[in-house]
Amino acid sequence: MMTAELLRLDGVGVQLGGREILGDVSLTIRPGEFTGLIGPNGAGKTTLLRVILGLQPVTRGSVLIDGAPRAARDASIGYVPQKLAIEPDMPLRVRDVVSLGIDGHKFGIRLPSRARRELVADMLTAVGAQRYADARVGELSGGEQQRVMIAHALISRPRLLLLDEPLANLDISSEQGIVSVLARLARAEGIAVLLSAHDMNPLMPVMDRIVYVAAGRVAVGLTDEVVQPEVLSRLYGQHVDVVRVHGRVLVVAAPEGVDAAEAAAEDASVVR
Amino acid sequence: MGHLLRYIFEPGLFGSGPVHVAFAVGTVIAITSAVVGVFTVTRGQSFAGHSLADIATTGGAGAFLIGLNQFWGYLAFGVGAAAFMEMIGVQRRRGRDVATGVVLGAALGLAALFLYLGTQESSTTGASFTILFGSMFAITPSTVPALIASALLALVTVAVLARVLLLSSLSPDIAAARGVPVRAVGAAYLMALAVSVALSAVIIGAVLSTALLIGPAATALRVAKGPVRAMAVAAGIGVAATWLGIVLAYDSFYWPPAGRGWPVSFFVVTLIVGGYLVTYLRRRDRREAAPEALDAEQVCSPV
Repeated sequence: MMTAELLRLDGVGVQLGGREILGDVSLTIRPGEFTGLIGPNGAGKTTLLRVILGLQPVTRGSVLIDGAPRAARDASIGYVPQKLAIEPDMPLRVRDVVSLGIDGHKFGIRLPSRARRELVADMLTAVGAQRYADARVGELSGGEQQRVMIAHALISRPRLLLLDEPLANLDISSEQGIVSVLARLARAEGIAVLLSAHDMNPLMPVMDRIVYVAAGRVAVGLTDEVVQPEVLSRLYGQHVDVVRVHGRVLVVAAPEGVDAAEAAAEDASVVR
Repeated sequence: MGHLLRYIFEPGLFGSGPVHVAFAVGTVIAITSAVVGVFTVTRGQSFAGHSLADIATTGGAGAFLIGLNQFWGYLAFGVGAAAFMEMIGVQRRRGRDVATGVVLGAALGLAALFLYLGTQESSTTGASFTILFGSMFAITPSTVPALIASALLALVTVAVLARVLLLSSLSPDIAAARGVPVRAVGAAYLMALAVSVALSAVIIGAVLSTALLIGPAATALRVAKGPVRAMAVAAGIGVAATWLGIVLAYDSFYWPPAGRGWPVSFFVVTLIVGGYLVTYLRRRDRREAAPEALDAEQVCSPV
């Protein structure tokens, strides 16, 4: 099978207005891998995704796709941005949005075709959005819009799909629906997924690897290796505890006044 | 029945030269405005359209003062203003707001001066009215080719940009990530908008020109779902309002105060606003009757 790296970030740093947003980020993603980009709000997750997309210039370091520097327009990357503010009167039906995923970046007029219509219908079925194919995208719920945007991103057959907080503001059942759709498509099509979230728990069943971001730095590896109090405390630059309850994980800051030694002693009882 | 028809379509309506020009030019411009307008509303640029119209007023007044056809004034000032608005950029919303407000005030002040000087000099009392509120029956036949060519230019520009405009409206980030030069596309669109505003200024006046741009598009966006259908419906509404406006204006020569006729712009704008109100009220009714049609989210994905 393919073991070559699809994406490689080497020592990437980003400064905006003199402030360091990302410092020395290195990571790799292989084809077909499901990676969670986890971290608190404001940690730099969106900036990291924008770097990979080529929307955010880096101050230092390099971004390689298939071992080569990122091209201006890279068709191998699909993107689902953070929740879009779509007005209800936006004249785009769900099928129009997915169709724009094929050639929305092209100039000129395109005539309707049967093959295109079928391709769009198949994609909508694959993400479970066929029921509202003719609805306006601005009238859908958050979860429904996410499915449509995933179809929009996948129809051009990217090899890497980036999703920025697709689970934010969703109810639990929509959340599970989106995660299972992504996991199934990633496995079936061999698409690598990099998905940002502030809560890792919904991703636990499907996540192969984790990129944990805090304070502009990252820890990368298998979930069990990374989600450890020592690793995350180093990342945050302050003591944090990792609490596991029924297979779920909570990362919590230690209360003020707890010194490192005391906390380390407590870790033994917290982490099982 | 024949009596009634003769009452609505005044004898002589279809025999008059200026009426022929009004129908032909009105149709082309109504279609252009409606199609361009669908993107204006979708992109949330109605205010930009209105600003361009205000500045075009100054251009029209200036052109009249120096003896040019108003259209060239509308066009030059509209396109110039669009270029200026693009230069201030879209990054700082608040700065842009203030800049627009100040510039608009200055532009209309200048328009007042030009109109005053122009009308004092040549004692053409109707000129101010024509520039501000248009007159479809007073289109200079020699400008017709330029009007049609400008309309085609705006339409072709929008057709070429259609997909990237829609993708950018959906998400500028997605568009940029896919290599769309989002800013250049926005600038090109703003130019098409300026041309379209200048054109509708010719038929319903600079002050009212956004009515023909925004009204039919906003109404169409309430009733038609897909982009192509929205453009078709908007064009239909724009053309219908223009034709009916011409017919009613012609009829109104016999309305009180007799012998003067009511302005075409009044009819066109009133019809457009009326159409919008009808769809607005109907849609609100429907929403109250069936509040949530598309809610249930599936837990497990099918297939």
